[in-house]
Amino acid sequence: MDTLLLSRIQFGANISFHILFPTITIALGWVLLFFKLRFSATGDRKWMDAYMFWVKVFALSFAMGVVSGITMSFQFGTNWPGFMETVGNVAGPLLAYEILTAFFLEAVFLGIMLFGASRVKSWVHTLATFLVAFGTTMSTFWIIVLNSWMHTPQGYELIDGVVHATNWFEIVFNPSMPYRFVHMMLASGLTVSFLIAGISALRMLWGDRREDVKTALRVGIIAAAGIIPLQILAGDFHGLNTLEYQPAKIAAMEGNWETGPNVPLVLFAIPDEEARENRFEIAIPNGASLILTHKADGVVPGLNDFVTDDGEVLHPRVAPVFFSFRIMVGVGMAMLLLSWTGLVLLRKYGAGGMPKPPLFAFCAMSFSGWIATLAGWYTTEIGRQPWLVQGVLATKDAVSDVPAAMVLSTLIGYLVVYAVLILAYIGVITYLARKATRGEAYSTRYYPRRGETNLAALQPGE
Amino acid sequence: MDYFGYPAIWLPWTFAALMGLSILIYVVLDGFDLGVGLLMPLADEDEKDRLVASIGPFWDANETWLVLAVGLLLVAFPTAHGAILTALYLPVFLMLIGLILRGVSFEMRAKAPITQKRIWNGAFFLGSLMASLSQGFMLGMYLMGLTWTLPHVGFALLTAVFLTVGYSFIGAAWLIWKTEDRLQLRALRWAQGGIWGLVLGIGAISVATPFISTRIFDRWFSWPEFAYLSPLPIISAALIIFLWRQLARLPLSNDRWSWTPFAATTTLFTLAYGGLAYSFYPYVVPERITIYEAASAPESLFIILIGTLFVLPAILGYTLLSYHIFRGKATALRYD
Repeated sequence: MDTLLLSRIQFGANISFHILFPTITIALGWVLLFFKLRFSATGDRKWMDAYMFWVKVFALSFAMGVVSGITMSFQFGTNWPGFMETVGNVAGPLLAYEILTAFFLEAVFLGIMLFGASRVKSWVHTLATFLVAFGTTMSTFWIIVLNSWMHTPQGYELIDGVVHATNWFEIVFNPSMPYRFVHMMLASGLTVSFLIAGISALRMLWGDRREDVKTALRVGIIAAAGIIPLQILAGDFHGLNTLEYQPAKIAAMEGNWETGPNVPLVLFAIPDEEARENRFEIAIPNGASLILTHKADGVVPGLNDFVTDDGEVLHPRVAPVFFSFRIMVGVGMAMLLLSWTGLVLLRKYGAGGMPKPPLFAFCAMSFSGWIATLAGWYTTEIGRQPWLVQGVLATKDAVSDVPAAMVLSTLIGYLVVYAVLILAYIGVITYLARKATRGEAYSTRYYPRRGETNLAALQPGE
Repeated sequence: MDYFGYPAIWLPWTFAALMGLSILIYVVLDGFDLGVGLLMPLADEDEKDRLVASIGPFWDANETWLVLAVGLLLVAFPTAHGAILTALYLPVFLMLIGLILRGVSFEMRAKAPITQKRIWNGAFFLGSLMASLSQGFMLGMYLMGLTWTLPHVGFALLTAVFLTVGYSFIGAAWLIWKTEDRLQLRALRWAQGGIWGLVLGIGAISVATPFISTRIFDRWFSWPEFAYLSPLPIISAALIIFLWRQLARLPLSNDRWSWTPFAATTTLFTLAYGGLAYSFYPYVVPERITIYEAASAPESLFIILIGTLFVLPAILGYTLLSYHIFRGKATALRYD
């Protein structure tokens, strides 16, 4: 394998590992704020017990996100120097704003949020929780802006092959940004909803019947059931946006080779790039035309349009885009089915009387959000190839000339570390659940409410 | 010459200064928490928890200064960013693995089953060691102009060891300030054991730097620069003597002056760093690319600068707030 492919795999591996943890912390920060505010409003300690359990998961996920994020900031220089040399004038300020407005905010207030509850007033702690959640969201915003700009660049001019910014409003609010941002925020919401529901279900299966576990299960199911239809809608809008700006990606997602009307919706197939056709195809007639153009005879772009006369292929490799798109949609459908079933059962039995089969199902789906999120990102990022910045910079022109052996050996190093850490992460979360089920995490701790004095906070030098 | 009339001159300069400041803050702040990680094997089981507690609320924000420094290099001097990081591909990789291990162990050692705690303590030390050694190695390679020859690698291996000892020294100085009783006494002994590394490290780099190029030699050893610069080594020597004495007399009653070793070490780091910055200015890749040649377009730099001027004071403000909230001696870390 050559340096280009290995560097792509290495970047893919690094960013895949990284995105797992922000996907959890983005929404979990807001959930924790919700728990904290409910506690302030009601004084019911179940909210604070739930907060105390999930804040540990948050701390762990945050640490994993920070350290894997540091790796990302070096990857540009070590493997993709051409990226910053060509589009640095646009990418630079966006990354700088992320670091300045988000990284520091979340990192500093995280310390206060995690360890400062007895050192500051309750409202300062709530404020710190808010600022951490806000910081993670700001961070998402800037990264999504940059990523969207790479898909739908505008507001720039090329001078001697280098991109110069001309209109920052156009750069920030580029055409695919709003769709991508909403899609990612909702993806994070779904991931966290299923994680909370799944881990709470696990604790209930282990015999934990405490109020905070039932409440967390209820919150998880209701949030999931509420978010999933919004996500399907947002995904549909995002797809239409992609059709307008990146038709080659849509063609690969649909597995459609020839441009034309009445294009079927391919449910399953094995795309054959040599023969330029699908094998073992199962399809719904007119489906793709209906979804993408809302007309049975609507015209859908085909992959053969993106091959030049001298045979150069300007569309992405079909199979990875085609399959990861189907995995994302499949997981989304499973989420819809389970969360709405869960909602019905919740109304019928309440969280405490939930029968075992759905509890097992929620357990199994605990990390389903990760799978859908990764599959979605693979669809859109591989779907942009052969471009790094659509129409501006080809991926092969940005890669560094580091020897392939060096890229391969470091790639193996990263993969080994990441595999161990993911196993350890999932292991520790289940261990925390096990420990909480045994009751060890619960003390007779007193949680002061807003306005009440916390004596512990007043001792000097503590 | 009218500097303010030429954004292509003063903008790169400003960004070089901001980047330099971020690196300095990083070296001091993450220096002490990496140093505490390096001291882990010397502490017994209970003390290990206290060591981690003393840096728990800070380490995350400390590492963000590294992201800012690399980010500024990336956004303000893109060509230099590529040149430096591709040349340092392997040490960067080792540093990143080290930082990952360390950051994760931080959480894992407290949350994983008690039987695994030793493994994560080990990973915490190993991560701190990998990060410190590779940073020291990168410093050495950078000083030698980023070319991989045998003498350069030898020098870089030397700086790797010295920086690691330097970090453990500032880590011990932090512990002298933030801990009490028996642990504080032990931290004093650790600092006494590590001060030689600090002296040799700063000495070696100071002696080696002027011989890297005649340009740097002339910057230091021509008249009247030599006279203006003479306070730098004199103050450094005075600080080292002060540190030596302070380590012998502490702790005093009521814990007076326990903060002085940390403050003196910070000043020493700052002076050494200032000397390096003076030697290499205006180069961002030593003797090859100046900050003016490597800088991004002025329009883009200006956009970043506006944001920076608003946000940097806020960052400094809430960083100080955090150190204020967690002032005093480190107690056991609790999530409440």
